[in-house]
Amino acid sequence: MAGTVLEVKVLSRRDRLKKILDIATPVILAIAVFIAISAVAALLITVVYQGAGRLSLNLILEYPSANPAEAGMRSAFLGSFWTVGLSALVSMPLGIATGLYLSEWSSWRRFRRFVEFNIANLAGVPSIIFGLVGLSLLTYGLGWGRSIIAGAFTLGIMTLPLVTVSAAEAVKTVPEALKHGAYALGATKLQVTRYIILPRSLPMMMTGAILAISRAIGEAAPILIISGLLFIRRDPVSIFDRFTVMPLQIFNWVSRPQVAFQELASAAIIVLLMLLLALNASAIAIRYRFQKRLVL
Amino acid sequence: MSSNIFFDPVFLKNLRRRQIKTTLVNILLLAASSISFISIVVIVGSLVLESSIFFGQVSITEFITGTEWTVLFTPKKFGVQPLLVATAITSLIALAVAMPVGLAVAIYLSEYASNRARKPIKSVIEVLAGIPTVVYGYFALYFISPNLLMPLIEGIGVHSALAVGLTIGVLIIPIVASLSEDAMYSVPEDFRQAAYSLGARKLDVVFRVVLPAALSGIFASIILAFTRAMGETMIAAIAGGFRVYYSWDPREAMQTMTAFIAQVATGDAPHGTIEYQSIFAVGLLLFLVTMAFNIVALYIVKRWQVRY
Repeated sequence: MAGTVLEVKVLSRRDRLKKILDIATPVILAIAVFIAISAVAALLITVVYQGAGRLSLNLILEYPSANPAEAGMRSAFLGSFWTVGLSALVSMPLGIATGLYLSEWSSWRRFRRFVEFNIANLAGVPSIIFGLVGLSLLTYGLGWGRSIIAGAFTLGIMTLPLVTVSAAEAVKTVPEALKHGAYALGATKLQVTRYIILPRSLPMMMTGAILAISRAIGEAAPILIISGLLFIRRDPVSIFDRFTVMPLQIFNWVSRPQVAFQELASAAIIVLLMLLLALNASAIAIRYRFQKRLVL
Repeated sequence: MSSNIFFDPVFLKNLRRRQIKTTLVNILLLAASSISFISIVVIVGSLVLESSIFFGQVSITEFITGTEWTVLFTPKKFGVQPLLVATAITSLIALAVAMPVGLAVAIYLSEYASNRARKPIKSVIEVLAGIPTVVYGYFALYFISPNLLMPLIEGIGVHSALAVGLTIGVLIIPIVASLSEDAMYSVPEDFRQAAYSLGARKLDVVFRVVLPAALSGIFASIILAFTRAMGETMIAAIAGGFRVYYSWDPREAMQTMTAFIAQVATGDAPHGTIEYQSIFAVGLLLFLVTMAFNIVALYIVKRWQVRY
């Protein structure tokens, strides 16, 4: 009898501890969430506090200069547009084709597995490695030089996994019944793809592509390797021109000791973040419109 | 019989044409899919090729075991240990930040948060994931170092491994949080209900039922975040400084592997010199280490996965 009582006592003590933990856990977890959110807040506040005063249209209209009062990032702004635009021309067709093949066309299971494995690995390669390979293969190997096209191609392959995965997911959202209906009417795979799959999955593919583009716009490391740190005071006119991009211009300004350049860097960061925000908003808008249409 | 469509020559011709078209497109898509594989081969190939030039002049043993890295000075020494240790310290600090915070966020979102709280918190985490790394570098140099570390820790400079590690930690929180949350969220509701019906508390349900069931996904997210930390360049280049320093003291400024590659690229080292070749040797090492971790992560997901 005594043993039983003891057991009950021990149990109740453990129980009480658990009761406390049960209540405390969500509080501890909420603190962690708060830490993560305050990191975002601290980052944004630091940037806005330092850069808001420097924000002006000159930032994208003027060329970089040794005098911070009149410096801008026009060449970097245009360089980003050229590079990222061209990189989308590489990653989108390849990514959408791979996504279609993986989700619909391939009947060769082992090859599919193999491609998926490679895509996952490609996504895990550090971005600076893409820069090194671009430098070795495109800049010197193929003789493209430290040019826009070399940077764009590198970014395109780097963002390929993002586009591919979202395209494959998009194709999977097309209802089986629609596809089977078309096949039953005698449509070929090509016709099903052209008239059933693509119209319904294209908006979601675009969302993935926009996310890939945002990733490419913010990427500095591979471009740093390919283009080096440059002081460019003219607009790009050809894909074989040397170039710089916004994140690199920011890197350049951040590394300088003068406070004025730090403020310029902050202002440039605000511009970059606004651009990314706009891109993300458009991705969400496309997704929203698509969802509405799906109801039909 | 002549009315049978299968004997109609026009129909047969069209059918043939459609079949050929379909086959052509199939080949085209197959070719596009092969690009991912070709890219991996090209990456390995060009890194190995360029490194072999480097290893023609420097022995691999010296490279791996040497503790002095003075490639940009004379006399040149090629021991990669200082860079490797710097990368290890910064990534481990990053993991020490991101693992508890990221996991806690994931558990909170998946198990505790109401549907109304879930969405805004998730979008803030997504914002964190979408910020370019150069911005994080700026954040490390102008916020974390001067406002957080320098008042708290004596003898720490503007550039330090700690600042780099902490900032990379913030950068990879979203990776741990969102991938782990996916894993936990996809644990079937039946598991939870079954545990509750046996009299379990929420605490037991979360830590003894949901977490073990989602373990493969959680583990994979941590490894992926770790490899991301190792490959992070801009934060290390901005907040880590360009001093090669062989030490395990996180208060010191030290150059990581990625920051070294960035420095040589910034300096525009002439093509073909040993400085130029050395970045490929360092890159190859970084690639091999991250690939090894990635493959382990993929393997774990495959093997440990609980099938519901």
